[in-house]
Amino acid sequence: MIAQNIGFWIIALMMIGAALRVVTTNNVVHAALWLVVVLSGAAGQYILLAAEFVAITQVLVYIGAVMVLFLFGTMLTRARIGAESDLNNSYKKLGIPVGLIMLVAMGLALTDSFGDERLPESATVVSTQEISDQIFGPYLLPFWALSFVLLAAVVGAIVLARKD
Amino acid sequence: MFVNQFLFLAAVLFCIGVYGVIARKNAVLMLMSIELILNSVNINLLTFALRNGSPDGHTFALYIIAVAAAEVGVGLGLVLLVYRNKKTISLDDLSEMRG
Repeated sequence: MIAQNIGFWIIALMMIGAALRVVTTNNVVHAALWLVVVLSGAAGQYILLAAEFVAITQVLVYIGAVMVLFLFGTMLTRARIGAESDLNNSYKKLGIPVGLIMLVAMGLALTDSFGDERLPESATVVSTQEISDQIFGPYLLPFWALSFVLLAAVVGAIVLARKD
Repeated sequence: MFVNQFLFLAAVLFCIGVYGVIARKNAVLMLMSIELILNSVNINLLTFALRNGSPDGHTFALYIIAVAAAEVGVGLGLVLLVYRNKKTISLDDLSEMRG
């Protein structure tokens, strides 16, 4: 338990620092690379939460596919790779109080609701078989809908991005 | 481990993502902030899956990952289209729909 706690705090501080860099850095490519740190940290937290399959999917889909898409988007929309000064808009000052107020509200609600409740000590890892039983059992209809969404997204992205 | 330590981590990431969506002008950076928000939701779902001992949260988390991938695909397609038509992806310059 202690080792897991130490792991949690190291990964959590790394994620928060990297997330702050994602929203404050002046370089789009650097923001994408800091986002990789946040996403890998999230995969680590999923493993701490006994969710191996979701962690592996996170690495494959987010770090593998989504990051490549982001870097492609960056390269295709900007000739310049480097620091830029006009990435933030005039509402930047407004964002800080909004974020802090949301954080305080959520923090109070969480402290009220869960206090010092602990996660179960002997957590069994949720096996891939259990997840597939869920997906192809009670959640089959959302799975079909999701397949349709992905198909529509593929077709839509091609239609939007092609030159004609 | 406390339930709250994971939930607080998710709350902090969520608020950082909200700040990014508000503060960023570049469309690609705004999509990255949305990814931060989606990840914090996934951490919440998996925390409650462990707390309640049910695999439902894992299914939802996987569905969210798939929807996020679709969203990024379409979003970047739109960004490319906007860039091709206007030579900029600064969100402040897209004001045709303003009344």
